[in-house]
Amino acid sequence: MQVKEYKPLIVAFCCNWCSYAGADLAGNNRLNYPADVKIIRVPCSCRVNPMFVLRAFQRGADGVILCGCHPGDCHYTSGNYYTRRRMALLFSMLDYLGIERERTRVEWVSAAEGAKFAATMNDFAEKVAALGENKRLEDLRCKK
Amino acid sequence: MSNSKKYLREEIIRISGVNPKKCMRCGKCSATCPAYDEMEYHPHQFVYMVENGNIEPLLESESLYRCLTCFACVERCPRSVEPAKLVEAVRLAAVRKQGNNRMTANDVPELIDDETPQQLIVSAFRKYTK
Amino acid sequence: MQRIGVFVCWCGSNIAGTVDVVAVAEALKKEPGVVFSANYQYMCSQAGQDLIKQAVKEHNLTGIVVCSCSPRMHEATFRKTAAAAGLNPYMVEIANIREQCSWVHKEMPIGTEKAIILGKAAIAKVNLNVPLTPGESPVTKRALVIGGGIAGIQTALDIADAGFEVDIVEKKPTIGGKMAQLDKTFPTLDCAACILTPKMVDVAQNEKIRIFSYSEVTEVKGFVGNFDVKIKKKARYVKEELCTGCGACTEKCPMKKVPNDFNLNMDTKRAIYIPFAQAVPKVATIDPDYCNMLKNGKCGVCSKVCTAGAIDYTQKDEFIEEKYGAIVVATGFNPISMDKFDEFAYNQSKDVITSLEFERLTNAAGPTAGKLLRPSDGKHPEKIVFVQCVGSRCDACNEKGKEYCSKICCMYTAKHAMLTRDKYPDTDVTVFYIDVRTPGKNFDEFYRRAVEEYGVHYIKGMVGKVSPEGDKLMVQASDLLDNKQLKIEADLVVLAAAIEPDKSARPLATMLTASMDTNDFFTEAHPKLRPVESPTAGVFLSGACQGPKDIPETVAQAGAAASKVIGLLAKDKLTGNPCVAHSNELMCNGCSSCERVCPYGAITYEDKEFRMPDRTTQIRRIAVVNPAVCQGCGCCTVACPSGAMDLKGFASEQIMAEVDAICK
Repeated sequence: MQVKEYKPLIVAFCCNWCSYAGADLAGNNRLNYPADVKIIRVPCSCRVNPMFVLRAFQRGADGVILCGCHPGDCHYTSGNYYTRRRMALLFSMLDYLGIERERTRVEWVSAAEGAKFAATMNDFAEKVAALGENKRLEDLRCKK
Repeated sequence: MSNSKKYLREEIIRISGVNPKKCMRCGKCSATCPAYDEMEYHPHQFVYMVENGNIEPLLESESLYRCLTCFACVERCPRSVEPAKLVEAVRLAAVRKQGNNRMTANDVPELIDDETPQQLIVSAFRKYTK
Repeated sequence: MQRIGVFVCWCGSNIAGTVDVVAVAEALKKEPGVVFSANYQYMCSQAGQDLIKQAVKEHNLTGIVVCSCSPRMHEATFRKTAAAAGLNPYMVEIANIREQCSWVHKEMPIGTEKAIILGKAAIAKVNLNVPLTPGESPVTKRALVIGGGIAGIQTALDIADAGFEVDIVEKKPTIGGKMAQLDKTFPTLDCAACILTPKMVDVAQNEKIRIFSYSEVTEVKGFVGNFDVKIKKKARYVKEELCTGCGACTEKCPMKKVPNDFNLNMDTKRAIYIPFAQAVPKVATIDPDYCNMLKNGKCGVCSKVCTAGAIDYTQKDEFIEEKYGAIVVATGFNPISMDKFDEFAYNQSKDVITSLEFERLTNAAGPTAGKLLRPSDGKHPEKIVFVQCVGSRCDACNEKGKEYCSKICCMYTAKHAMLTRDKYPDTDVTVFYIDVRTPGKNFDEFYRRAVEEYGVHYIKGMVGKVSPEGDKLMVQASDLLDNKQLKIEADLVVLAAAIEPDKSARPLATMLTASMDTNDFFTEAHPKLRPVESPTAGVFLSGACQGPKDIPETVAQAGAAASKVIGLLAKDKLTGNPCVAHSNELMCNGCSSCERVCPYGAITYEDKEFRMPDRTTQIRRIAVVNPAVCQGCGCCTVACPSGAMDLKGFASEQIMAEVDAICK
């Protein structure tokens, strides 16, 4: 049997106005971050239902990161505040679900912070990789 | 700022619970101080000097004991800095700095008489004993 | 099942350099729903777009996935291409394989692998896309301006100038606002009345503008382009259409002891009054709290002297309902109350006054006919002390004052000091300041002139205490630069009181669902890029209701707000963003969770009749999203406990499908 090198699978939800643009800027500036990070565009970080995060873990993601506008800068005035609270609640329950708390993160990245986006992704990917594969939710995983 | 200055500043800030950085240098504390003319360093200077860690001159100054602790400055300060609490904290630091024991446990018995409240002796013992 | 076409762009070597585009196109061909796949050097070029159009026709495509640069770059382009090919533009999804793949990864296999996954995610999403049509709503071509100060006046004039109808609602009997009470204006020292009253006359004479004076907005319903507003016209007991403004009644009314609020209660008026000579509309108003006829039915002098027969003691409040396309808030400001500042003895001595009172004292139409006299004894003050920052720049814990800088005080105090020295060179003028803030055109020059040419004493330090001693005021202050405590005898003390939003702003904000900051200033849609728009669509901000402002800034903002209103009213129909929330009425249980998180007030509730399986009907409360107001953030979709709320274009199912595709 061929042993495959472990690569974490990271899902990143980025709000359309700040973080997605920040990710684009990271690209424009050719700032590298691991290809393990796959970005899903949402209008606002508050669009991210905790269900989406759980779904990602259920389907085998090793880490989930949410990126939104800085507090006070939300395109929709208050969306990121809801994100912060909702995710604080969700994350506090992840241990109970068998997911390490470190596999999740909320980060504020503005459209001007391409470097911060890349640095955040590098750091997060490294931390998640150190945790290893997300085995603890294997039983729940939908096998297709 | 030297480390000892920094340490002293943190100590004063910790004792007083006052954040001198909130000061906007309007001088209303000094404008309102009834003991102003008695003081070498005035309330607004206290705040500024503590913020800069320049506390040694305050410890040496008579001004420390000229403050009436009337809290007029605390009442009037638009930025809620509370200079009187800083003065009190510096006073406490001065007391603690004394270092040598001004009063030992052996001194207590002879101080007890009918006129002096015992509470006074206890607090004096606390204050003047390292 | 969708029939999806996948188009992989090389972007020259930008993508093709790190991503094997041919392999990506091949791999994605096998995905469910994909019936066509191609790659091309520049998909966004005319040839590339033609390739897409042709494929749509040849393969009867229902959905398109373009693997190319960021959707922020060319999503609009490819949507137009789809529309040109007869597809719904919202059936296009972009897989961002340039900014988020080829440009950040260096090795071909890694880039290719990720590009395939991103493509799969986009395909998974398109499979669930539905055609979307932006909602359209008509626009009522009339604007409402709330507040008739200089901000409201300028906004109304600019909107009317563009040919649209405007109504001004002013709660006082006349428009003019605070500027009408001022004497001179800095830094040019124009007389306020000379530049304001012609504008007020313009408003009165403009056919497009209606003034509802002595009126208030009591109810606002609807949304951008379609507001339904209820206006209460308070009874002024005078028929506006008959009153000629001759003023005979205001001279004959026997009730003389009515505090004159226009002069900040420094003198009295009659129970029937016209606030000032240049009032617009120039119509008398009866104060029901003082009129003997209204209170106990005895008197009636005004109706006897009125030759026009305009007096009507039986007049009632009248309610007017009107439709508007846009609403401009121009509710302005007031100086804060000095009641809590005991140290300045404002309530103890008549000779301690606020700057606005000083303004009336120096105004030719004021209580002293422009002569600067002490309110207590009418004597000429020889020594005047000005105190700056009274109640401004306070700490958040300080309940007396406000945290912000009131912005206008430094300049008007310099103006007062300068004018006093100009008119009365024998008067000694001292200003106590913390900082002098003069960042405006010709502002610092003005302040320097006050010091250098007019000999105003500026002392850095705050006043700690003012105490009346005999007929003098003892001012105790600190001079920080000299490190001294000063005790000065003064005849008059003028306090530069902080300004705060008008009290009517808070209930108005609730009616408009417009957001406010902690100080009750209206918040703007974006602090830098959309400074005159409220986050609530169709509501615009003008003047000091948004933050402290001087007159030039207010006029500039008023014009900006007007131009935004004109831009809105010029449209016959509003085309919305189709990616809005909508609620599944079968699942909604009317819990109001969504309503509470919506920053735009786009969600309302209605009772709807449902036919039950047993042929009975049941009335249930369900959420309804107004697509014209919803901005599509999706916050409500997550707040909804029953999962009834969803966002078009970013449906929960679609995002889950993307997650699944990525995690497969």
